[in-house]
Amino acid sequence: MMHSLLIEGIGVQNWTYILVGLTFALYIGIAIWSRASSTKEFYVAGGGVSPLANGMATAADWMSAASFISMAGIISFAGYDGAVYLMGWTGGYVLLALLLAPYLRKFGKFTVPDFIGDRYYSKTARIVAVFCALLVSFTYVAGQMRGVGIVFSRFLEVDINTGVIIGMLIVLFYAVLGGMKGITYTQVAQYCVLIFAFMVPAIFISIQITGNPIPQFGFGGELADESGTYLLDKLDGMSTELGFAEYTEGSKSLIDIFAITLALMVGTAGLPHVIVRFFTVKRVKDARKSAGIALLLIVLLYSTAPAVAVFARTNMIETVSNQPYHDVPDWFKKWETTGLITFTDKNNDGLIQYLADKNENELVIDRDIMVLANPEIAKLPNWVIALVAAGGLAAALSTAAGLLLVISSSVSHDLVKKIINPKISEKGELVAARLSAIGAVCVAGYFGINPPGFVAAVVALAFGLAAASFFPAIILGIFYKRMNKEGAIAGMVVGIIAMLLYMIKYKLGWFDEVLPDKSEWWFGISPEGFGSIAMCLNFIVSIVIMSFTPSPPEDVQEIVENIRIPSAVGEANSH
Amino acid sequence: MKENKKENAKVYWKENIRYVLILLSIWFAVSYGAGILFKDVLNNFKIGGFKVGFWFAQQGSMYVFVILIFVYVRLMNKLDKKYGYDA
Repeated sequence: MMHSLLIEGIGVQNWTYILVGLTFALYIGIAIWSRASSTKEFYVAGGGVSPLANGMATAADWMSAASFISMAGIISFAGYDGAVYLMGWTGGYVLLALLLAPYLRKFGKFTVPDFIGDRYYSKTARIVAVFCALLVSFTYVAGQMRGVGIVFSRFLEVDINTGVIIGMLIVLFYAVLGGMKGITYTQVAQYCVLIFAFMVPAIFISIQITGNPIPQFGFGGELADESGTYLLDKLDGMSTELGFAEYTEGSKSLIDIFAITLALMVGTAGLPHVIVRFFTVKRVKDARKSAGIALLLIVLLYSTAPAVAVFARTNMIETVSNQPYHDVPDWFKKWETTGLITFTDKNNDGLIQYLADKNENELVIDRDIMVLANPEIAKLPNWVIALVAAGGLAAALSTAAGLLLVISSSVSHDLVKKIINPKISEKGELVAARLSAIGAVCVAGYFGINPPGFVAAVVALAFGLAAASFFPAIILGIFYKRMNKEGAIAGMVVGIIAMLLYMIKYKLGWFDEVLPDKSEWWFGISPEGFGSIAMCLNFIVSIVIMSFTPSPPEDVQEIVENIRIPSAVGEANSH
Repeated sequence: MKENKKENAKVYWKENIRYVLILLSIWFAVSYGAGILFKDVLNNFKIGGFKVGFWFAQQGSMYVFVILIFVYVRLMNKLDKKYGYDA
């Protein structure tokens, strides 16, 4: 009796402090235990990470605040169209496992620009690659720091900026101290936290709505109320009644769905912070295996997200649509004060009209609420609500740390060691790596606190940038022995410039007075999907330029032959 | 001897490429095929409460992706052994 009173008595707020505090203590503990003492440990965790640990770390590295907090919400508003993220962000791992990871591991250096620089025997190629890596990583990391700030402010009621600074300090601590080694093992812990935090509410809600404890089956099942109706049929019906497209049909054009999915897949395979994780395992076969494990662990969350999306949307519509405003549950009022739900009673009937028609619709709901408020909407216990906060932080911090490492190694290894001062000592390079990590955290924190208006718009385009720049250069570097530096450099430059221009014109609207309308998109392809066009441009330009320029030298062709066979893996510190 | 080694590597690479092409065509078929291009046709059929095209787009293709990677891992481990690259 006393005991249960005690449990009841701990509010959401306190539970959040307890869970977030415990997980942070864990991350710091791991950071102290896994300090890096050499550049090899700092860049690639010593190169001896087990496939399972690397799979878990890759999964946490990959799943960001966007995957954890926003994705299910985006799907619940987009319906079928949300599949672009599900397929796009998982299908890339097939490309990674089959086309990139084993060969890059065999190549056995520290960074993606390392590969580009050596394979294309050119400092220019390396510098172009460093530029692309920094551009991709910075656009991505700013969004993560913002995510940390938002979780802090919503759950712990601290100011967003204070939240960003706390997040910065934590990441700073383990990224600077431990480098890749510290990051790898904290990411393993963060994966456990985030997957637990995502699955628990999903399972609870699946049981509530469908009676099936497995969300993946539940959302294709019948309702628990024994009416014999399928949940998806009910949601399709509710959606059309309110004027929306059928949930399972979606509304984007076929070509755009195709292009976005392709850009996200290829972009995923070309993101430097994901690729670099495969440098940390011991053997080529471990690289393949850990790509498989990573995807399995990612799909665990990604296959649950569309179920959560359906549950949340059904719950939400049922709870608020056509209900009297003064009867709404507590969570509605609470999120209203944060401005993430807004209600304007346009026709003064005291009821909430949630409709597709913008003129009549009275309710605006931020997509992030679908995951953050889901446990409250489903009336789950306080500790589950707090768990979601800890999970969101784990997701944001793990991704931020991985990106910061790419930024710092691009600077200390590719710029300082390989270009500016090749004679720098091991110790000096380690100091440079730590300093650039600190610098990167500060820049990321600055963008987190003062987000330029375009950050949110640009984060999704990081994939397009990666697809347009790295992917073709790496693929051609492995599969096309004849590809030379002239072709690869020209391809990367054209690809990234095309992507940037399209993005600036059609996403940011800086070239025109007003943002150009959808009807002006090339072939009806959105800026998010343009990465696939820019990638094709890169391939074409590379091959055309190559055919007019000399073959790569003999020793480079030997490198290519050598990375194609898995045995005799060079140690990651072979230089 | 050196020629032999080169020949070995060449044959190994050819077989690898064959596996990759087969697996990637399945990768393409489930996602871009079943999940996007032929979604509307497949949506005329249902498994439980799922329209089939919708299921491929939001569930099935992801499961197939995972299976494809593990199949590749097995195939390549065998291939490595066959050509003596598993040392």
